[in-house]
Amino acid sequence: MSRLVIVGHGPTSHRLVEALLAKGFAGRVTVLGEEPRSAYDRVALTSYLTGKSVEDLTYPVPEGVVLRLSSLVTAIDRENRTVTTADGHVEPYDVLVLATGSSPFVPPVPGRDLPGCFVYRTIDDLDAIREASAGAAGGVVIGGGLLGLEAADALRGLGLETHVVEMGGWLMPRQVDEGGGAVLRGHIEALGLSVHTEAGAKEIVAGPDGRVSGLVKPDGETIEAQVVVFSAGVRPRDELARQAGLEVGPRGGIAVDDGMRTSDPAIYAVGECALHDGMVYGLVGPCFTMAEVAADRILGGEAVFTRADLSTKLKLLGVEVAQFGAMEGALDVTFMDPVGGVYQKLFVSDDARTLLGGICVGDATPYNTLKPFVGRDLPGAPSELLFTGGPANMELPDDAQVCSCNNVTKGQVCTAIAGNGLTDVAGIKACTRAGTTCGSCVPMLKKILVAEGVEVSKALCEHFAYSRAELFDIVRVRGITTFSQLIAEHGTGRGCDVCKPVVASILASLGNGHILDGEQAALQDTNDHFLANIQRNGTYSVVPRIPGGEITPDKLIVIGEVARDFGLYTKITGGQRIDLFGARVEQLPQIWKRLVDAGFESGHAYGKALRTVKSCVGSTWCRYGVQDAVGLAIALELRYRGLRSPHKLKSAVSGCARECAEARGKDFGIIATEKGWNLYIGGNGGFTPRHADLFASDLDTEELIRTIDRFLMFYIRTADRLQRTSAWLEEQGLDYVKQVVLDDSLGICADLEAQMERHVATYADEWRATIEDPEKLRRFVSFVNAPGTPDPSIRFEAERDQVKPVLIPLEAVRS
Amino acid sequence: MTVLREDLETTRWSPVCSYTDLLPERGACALVDGRQIAMFRTFDGVLYAIDNHDPFSGAQVLSRGIVGTRAGEPCVASPMHKQAFSLVTGVCLDDPAVSVPTYRIRLAEDGTVEVSTG
Repeated sequence: MSRLVIVGHGPTSHRLVEALLAKGFAGRVTVLGEEPRSAYDRVALTSYLTGKSVEDLTYPVPEGVVLRLSSLVTAIDRENRTVTTADGHVEPYDVLVLATGSSPFVPPVPGRDLPGCFVYRTIDDLDAIREASAGAAGGVVIGGGLLGLEAADALRGLGLETHVVEMGGWLMPRQVDEGGGAVLRGHIEALGLSVHTEAGAKEIVAGPDGRVSGLVKPDGETIEAQVVVFSAGVRPRDELARQAGLEVGPRGGIAVDDGMRTSDPAIYAVGECALHDGMVYGLVGPCFTMAEVAADRILGGEAVFTRADLSTKLKLLGVEVAQFGAMEGALDVTFMDPVGGVYQKLFVSDDARTLLGGICVGDATPYNTLKPFVGRDLPGAPSELLFTGGPANMELPDDAQVCSCNNVTKGQVCTAIAGNGLTDVAGIKACTRAGTTCGSCVPMLKKILVAEGVEVSKALCEHFAYSRAELFDIVRVRGITTFSQLIAEHGTGRGCDVCKPVVASILASLGNGHILDGEQAALQDTNDHFLANIQRNGTYSVVPRIPGGEITPDKLIVIGEVARDFGLYTKITGGQRIDLFGARVEQLPQIWKRLVDAGFESGHAYGKALRTVKSCVGSTWCRYGVQDAVGLAIALELRYRGLRSPHKLKSAVSGCARECAEARGKDFGIIATEKGWNLYIGGNGGFTPRHADLFASDLDTEELIRTIDRFLMFYIRTADRLQRTSAWLEEQGLDYVKQVVLDDSLGICADLEAQMERHVATYADEWRATIEDPEKLRRFVSFVNAPGTPDPSIRFEAERDQVKPVLIPLEAVRS
Repeated sequence: MTVLREDLETTRWSPVCSYTDLLPERGACALVDGRQIAMFRTFDGVLYAIDNHDPFSGAQVLSRGIVGTRAGEPCVASPMHKQAFSLVTGVCLDDPAVSVPTYRIRLAEDGTVEVSTG
């Protein structure tokens, strides 16, 4: 058993590879994928159209696995144990796993092959739909199931007048009953989509250009549309198995036993192509379980796949829909709020004691709280559970499944918490995989953490029992202006290198004058104290602000002259600025005197503050540009310069979708559109790179600035110490931040805007203020008893025509 | 008395600055006999002196660190990589096998700060 070959590279195949490696599979693994790209998260496919990139969705390919892409397998030779690909490659196997997935079912409607007809399964499909939507006015999705509504959401997001046609009597017939379907329809129509139930497609008709122009319903009505997406279910991809003579089901699907083995003991099948006990599964949870079972069996284990839980919880077009357990029962209890658009139904046994299942539309809270009780005694009266969400201290049994995607029970979560001393959801995810797939059980995981008595310490350091966000509120609400008052009234001791810079930053964010005024000076770390960046030999570097990266030749010459006259090493930064290295503390005021006189001001490269707003050259020069990127970048940089925050802030503006300014790698990035600006938030490079998420689209400049004002101030108020916007956003959740910033759900936006206005109005250049203040200047000496003497330990040597520090040899530091 | 007399005779004090040149909870550096001495004035007005040389980075920077307390012990955190050193003993609180020299420091009656490297 040395050569394992997997046919297909989707999420299930990826999970199988991961499981095999985790279990210590020592043989050679070869994966043959049909698509030109490696496996990606199909559950999150639609997010590709709302800002996620292919890279964001792609799973990492584990080390040591041979992956052949664009390799459609066309034949299996079971006798010689080889598979052959369309391009003639022959791959021998000892064990073969079929993970061929499924293909969208396209009903035999006349016109279904016209240009403008699509299915919704792959990134290529989405690219094609996006392209076709560019010049289109209307779109139709055939099929009102889960995937159909996802596709409808996508078409709506692409700006199309969107229709959904569903054969059945209501939407999502597999997940909700008629009552739930009616409530769901209300939500969807309120969003401006048209829903046609008990309707199919009689014919798809073409316009004079030969492309789709509309869909004719059975009643003869024509819906005008240039884009048609088929989402009428999927069929298992079993053609390869059929051809090889493996047993397949009467309605398709590769027949497998409880160990995922096909009728040939050397061949397994997992995922959507497999037929187990008469069932084909399209949900990611059961497919992942199949992958785990197959991996165990391949390694000689005895794992068994049993009929899987088909519970679903999702948010479609902003509406929560969930279904768990059975969809019928002897008794049922329904809660309906037509005004709020909420429909919840529980199915119970005839003695009303055992929970059998439930349906939720508009509010899926019962899914979170009650799903683990399916098949068990209800923790309260059904009506009470629906109205009040149940008693606060509902005790879950240990064997209740918490995460159905990864089949993790409450008991396993508790064991992991106790055994590994876990204190947060991230730890539970790492140890158990619970919550790592669809994420719907994360609220439950948090509850378990709390119930297990885990108290996550939020204390900043030994001097303050508060988090940074709490300290910010204390300082803001109580109007505290000094560290001494804060620590005397709300802390202990005299502070340290953790809490002092945090308080300094909070005081600065709230506008308390120059950061070197009075007691504030003692709170700053060395960079802020000398308004420059310390380097490895104890010298400092200087970065003048160059807003938007735009600079005149005269100013460039001044920088060059200063660097030459003070013997500084010069380097262009990643943020379109110029960094001058090797300045001693007593040189800093002299250097800055020259820079300030030439019109430069502090670039705050030393601060946890706004650094730079990068830009591409924009529509002024670029033949592709659609907006003035440089102009906006300068305006933003001048607006937010000097703004102190929990961590550094970077921004960029791109003048068109080609994104030359790399705005999506920034804390807030702006990309020009034909109609205005798209705002992305939460990106960064660094140790854990993250692409920014699309936050708002097609804003005019005024709306854009108002939105950024609110976003930045909300981040500054609520983020943890040294928490970049990326980690903050993941913690808060994009939807929540949208609610607060775009919909003003907390009613604080006027306050946030006013706070930013105060910042803008009171900004003053820190370096100019410093060189104009003899008291502040006195600190810029290497030696208090010999102000004119340079530090003799600092020496330089030449490299590539510039200086570099002579490194001080380190003695053995431990005695 | 004999001990005190010996002490007076052998300790050479160098005046380096006035007390008001030192900010509360901030350091300053003095160059004495070619040696760099980091001097600190804590919140309660007490003076401390340790070597300016950060043994972890090799740079002369300890006088530029943030002054505070750890479990009541006055300390300074190196501005380079944040290791904290006791101002009383010079011992690194994050790695007690490492320490920096301490020096004697006093406030003369006329408000002059004096240090001794002897």
